[in-house]
Amino acid sequence: MGFEKFLFYVFALVLVFSAVRVITVRNPVHAALFLVLAFFTSAALWLLIEAEFLAIVLVLVYVGAVMVLFLFVIMMLDINIVPLREGFIRYLPVGVTVALIIVIEMGLVVGSGYFGAEQYRLVPHAVDYSNTRELGSVLYTFYVYPFEIASAILLVAIIAAISLTMRRREGTKSQDPAWQVRVSRDDRVRLVRMMPEKKK
Amino acid sequence: MNFVAPDFMPVVPELFVLTMACLLLVIDVFLEQRQRYITYGVAQLTLLGAALLTLVTYAHAPVTTMFGHYIKDAMGDLLKIFIYLSSAAVFLYSRDYLRRRDLFKGEYYVLGLFGVLGMMIMVSAHSLLSVYLGLELLSLSLYALVAMDRDSPVASEAAMKYFVLGSLASGMLLYGISMIYGATGSVDLQVVSDAVARQGADNLVLVFGLVFLVVGLSFKLGAVPFHMWLPDVYQGAPTSVTLYIGSAPKLAAFALMMRVLVDGLGTLQGDWQQMLIILSVLSIALGNLVAIVQTNIKRMLAYSTISHVGFLLLGILAGSPEGYAAAMFYAIVYVLMAVGAFGMVIMLGRTGFEVENIDDFKGLNDRSPWLAFLMLVIMMSMAGVPFMAGFYAKWMVLQAVVNIGLVWLALFGVVFSVIGAFYYLRVVKCLYFDKPEQSEPIHISLDTEIAISANGLLLVALGLYPTALMTWCATALLN
Repeated sequence: MGFEKFLFYVFALVLVFSAVRVITVRNPVHAALFLVLAFFTSAALWLLIEAEFLAIVLVLVYVGAVMVLFLFVIMMLDINIVPLREGFIRYLPVGVTVALIIVIEMGLVVGSGYFGAEQYRLVPHAVDYSNTRELGSVLYTFYVYPFEIASAILLVAIIAAISLTMRRREGTKSQDPAWQVRVSRDDRVRLVRMMPEKKK
Repeated sequence: MNFVAPDFMPVVPELFVLTMACLLLVIDVFLEQRQRYITYGVAQLTLLGAALLTLVTYAHAPVTTMFGHYIKDAMGDLLKIFIYLSSAAVFLYSRDYLRRRDLFKGEYYVLGLFGVLGMMIMVSAHSLLSVYLGLELLSLSLYALVAMDRDSPVASEAAMKYFVLGSLASGMLLYGISMIYGATGSVDLQVVSDAVARQGADNLVLVFGLVFLVVGLSFKLGAVPFHMWLPDVYQGAPTSVTLYIGSAPKLAAFALMMRVLVDGLGTLQGDWQQMLIILSVLSIALGNLVAIVQTNIKRMLAYSTISHVGFLLLGILAGSPEGYAAAMFYAIVYVLMAVGAFGMVIMLGRTGFEVENIDDFKGLNDRSPWLAFLMLVIMMSMAGVPFMAGFYAKWMVLQAVVNIGLVWLALFGVVFSVIGAFYYLRVVKCLYFDKPEQSEPIHISLDTEIAISANGLLLVALGLYPTALMTWCATALLN
C-alpha cells in the first residue's frame, strides 16, 4: 500500500466519521464544526486527485465564507433544537430502511460497473500543468453564456433578498451617519432666554 | 485552443431583455411611488421590443451559437412570441390589482422580466447547462414573487413550500443531468443525442438519469404525483403572481420537455413514453376529480391546470411530429385560457375585496353581461366544448394518441374531460342562473377591458379557425 493510498483511507475515514457526527451530535455549533471538518477533508481528497482548484475553492468558499456565516446564524438565532429531534428514535428504523434501499439501488446502477476506477483513470499531466489556468481559459470563452446566466441568477437572488427583507419601520432607533455628520448647532442646541429670577 | 468569438445575433432578444431588466432596476430607484407607472410602461416596452426583435430575426433554419449552449429555431421563436404576449397580458391585468393591494412596486416588474429571460433561455437551451440555469433563473424569480406580499401569512407559507419543493426538484434534475453527463461525456444536447444513439437504450445509467430528469421536469410542470405544491401556491400567492406562474412558464416547460426528451434523449423514447403515460393518466384523473370538490376558484383552476398538464403530456408521449405539434398547440391555447381565467379573477376584485370563491361569480350576468360572456367562453374552452379553442386542442392531442395505437388512453382522456366539464359548468351556472350576492359596480380600466375581450375572442377565433395556428406550430417543429 503506497503512501498516497494510505492518505486516501485516512481522509476517507475522517470524512465519513465527521459526516455522521454532523447529524448525530446534540450541539448545533459542534455539528457545524464537524461540517467544516468534512468539507476540509473532502478538499484534501480532491488534492489527492490533483484537482487543486476545486479543493482551494471548497476551503475558501464553503469553509471560509458559508460556514462562518452559518455559525453566526446558529449562534444569533439560538434555536432550541430539542423539539426538532423528537421522534428521532421512532422514525429511525423506517429512515434507515429507506436510506439503505436507496443506497443499494443506486450502488447497483452507478457502482464500479459504470463509474469505477477502471473507466475513469486519472489522467497524467506534466509538472507545469495548471488546473486553474485550464478552467479560466474555458470559463470566460466557451462557457461564457452559462456563466453570464449564472450572474443574472445571482442578481435576481440579490433583488429577491433585498426586496423581501428591507422595509422601513416606524420608530426604530437606527443611526444615520450622514445625518449625524451634517448636524448643525441649531439642531441640537436651543437657546432659551430666561428672565433672571428675583430672590424674595 | 482556438477561440473564435461566437455569433451574437441570434441571442439579441435575450441580451435586450437582460439589459432592459437591469436598466429598469436602476430607473425604478429614482421614481417616486406616484411615478411607478413609468416602470410598468418600460416593462411593457421591453416585451414589445423583444417581440419585434424576435419577429425580425425569426429563424427559418435552426442556428446553434454560443458554443452549442444556445439554439435559435422556429419552435423557440414561436414559443417566445407567445411568452411575450402572455407576459404582457399578465403585467396589464395585474396592474390595477397591485395598486389596490399596495404591491405596485418596481420589483414585481424587474423580477417578472428576469422570469421572462429565464423562460427565453429555457426555450432556446441547447445544452443541459443552459436548461438548468434558465430553469433556476425562472424559479428564483417566481419564489421571490410569491413571497412579495410579506404581510400575508398564506403567501409566505406558499412561498416556503414552493421554494423547498422547487429546490428538491432542481436537485433531482441536476442529479439526472450529472448521470447523463457521466454516461455521454457532454452537456451539449446534440453530442448527448449522438452518444445516446450510439450506446442504445440498454445503458442502465442513461435510463437512471432519465428517470431523475423526468421527475424533475414533472415537478416543475406540476404533473401528478409531483403536484403537491401547485394548489397551495396558486391559492396562497397574490393573484397577480398566480396569473404569472400559471401562464407563460407552462410554455417554457413544454419547450424544456421537447429539448431534453425529444432532441436530447429521443433514442430513449420507449423508456420515457411509459413514464409519461403514467404521469398523464394520474394527472388527468386526479386533476379532474379533485377539482370537482373545490370551492376556492384559484384552487379549482390549479387542479384544472394539473389535468391540462396531463393532456399536454399525451401529445409529447405520442412521439410523432403531429403529437408534438398538437402538444405545442395545446400549450399555447392553455396559456391563453389560463391568462383569461386568472385575469377575470383579478378584475372582479376591488379595494378591500378579492374574488376567492366560485360563489363570488354568482349573478355576474346581471352585473356585467359582457364579462360574464367572456368568462363563459373561457370556461367552455377549458372544458373542451366543441367550437372552442380548447376542444380543438384536446381533439388533436387525442388523435395523436390514437394514431400510435393507444386507444384506451384516448378513451380515458375523453371520459375524464367529460367528468371535468362538470366543474367548469358549475362556474357557468353561477354566472347565469344564480342571483347576485353583491351589487357593487365593477370598475375595469379601458385598456384592460379591451385586452380581456381580445383574449376571450381569440379563444373563439382559434376554435373556429384553428388551422392557422396549428399549421404554424407544425411548420415550426419541422425545421
